[in-house]
Amino acid sequence: MSVESPALIFLNAFLINNFVLALFLGLCPFLGVSNKLKTALPMGAAVIFVMLVASVCAYGINLLLVRFQIEYLRLIAYIAVIASAVQLVEMTVKKFSPALFRMLGIFLPLITTNCAILGMALFQTANEYNFVQSLAFSLGAGAGFTLALVLMAGLRERLDLADVPDVCMGAAIAMMLAGLLSLAFMGFAGLGG
Amino acid sequence: MTAQPKRLDWDTFTEGLWKENPVFVMMLGLCPSMAVSNTAVNSLAMGLASTFVLVGACLLVSLLRKLIPKQVRIASYIIIIATFVTIVDYLIHAISLDLYRALGAFIQLIVVNCVILGRAEAHASKHPPVPAVINAFGMGLGFTVALLAIGSVREILGFGTLFGMSLFGPSFQPWAVFILPPGGFFVLSLWLVLFSFARRRRTRTLEAAHVS
Repeated sequence: MSVESPALIFLNAFLINNFVLALFLGLCPFLGVSNKLKTALPMGAAVIFVMLVASVCAYGINLLLVRFQIEYLRLIAYIAVIASAVQLVEMTVKKFSPALFRMLGIFLPLITTNCAILGMALFQTANEYNFVQSLAFSLGAGAGFTLALVLMAGLRERLDLADVPDVCMGAAIAMMLAGLLSLAFMGFAGLGG
Repeated sequence: MTAQPKRLDWDTFTEGLWKENPVFVMMLGLCPSMAVSNTAVNSLAMGLASTFVLVGACLLVSLLRKLIPKQVRIASYIIIIATFVTIVDYLIHAISLDLYRALGAFIQLIVVNCVILGRAEAHASKHPPVPAVINAFGMGLGFTVALLAIGSVREILGFGTLFGMSLFGPSFQPWAVFILPPGGFFVLSLWLVLFSFARRRRTRTLEAAHVS
């Protein structure tokens, strides 16, 4: 059992081992939705919510799996939980804000295959976090994803106005930008000791 | 008549290798391709593991394509993929413990590799088993090649080695940033620039030939 304090775990997932920029988790939505600040924030919020739900469910399910000694079903069980959580979010967003639903488009159901969420659930199990630690970890991971998404969206809005060489247009320059952002986040290494 | 299906199969095979290369052209499956591509060996292992899952899952999806109801197909595909990933996970654990530690959670994260779900949905669910498997194999190979391309550049620049063999002798000063996360982004973006440059040049030559 790990003894780290929840605050340290939160900070670790949020800044030092940022899910997108240090662990390369959730790159597809990171590149897909980071065109506009207006969609980046709701997307981040949706991911945080799914992370929280998935974390709580994964914790409960893991207890059950260990109890009945069927750990080899862990991966399948986690995926099923995440898919249902995403379905929940999708229905909620569709009901309360159809405009936002259209704006997020295909990327909303694709949260299911967002590796950040499954990664979070797997890491939380691998590190043997208790319930409070798991919550802190999932919150930090979600917040870190949102932070990276918003930063990237802001940069890309500026990039639209910049004069980029012809060959680098599109994905290549976005990757370069992500690399620089990741380099900046390296500065946080060692913060938590 | 006998030659035609053979050529068709060849086309479905090479499609994934070059024209629709999952990483460089379609920008799918980026997360695993950057996270574990810090050395050539890791990239190769990850590519082969993904290929195995891809081929197995596509075969099963293609065999079951008439049985799976349309409404629950995504969930069924995910379950099929997760099954094969569990097999690979235990397999690598049994074969090489070092490799298992190096790849870490990323073996299990093959489940959420969009290349696999994309292939299952776009190709395997609409084709009979043989073409589906050939196509999946080509895609998997394309993914492996892309991973190797990223991984070897990162290993050469970051460690001065390739597959663990020293290339430059002891006086080489490792370029550590290429092992670290930013290096993954940089190398991938450089490859993308190179490909878009090549594509542009080809269209320009074609146009020039057309005009004259």
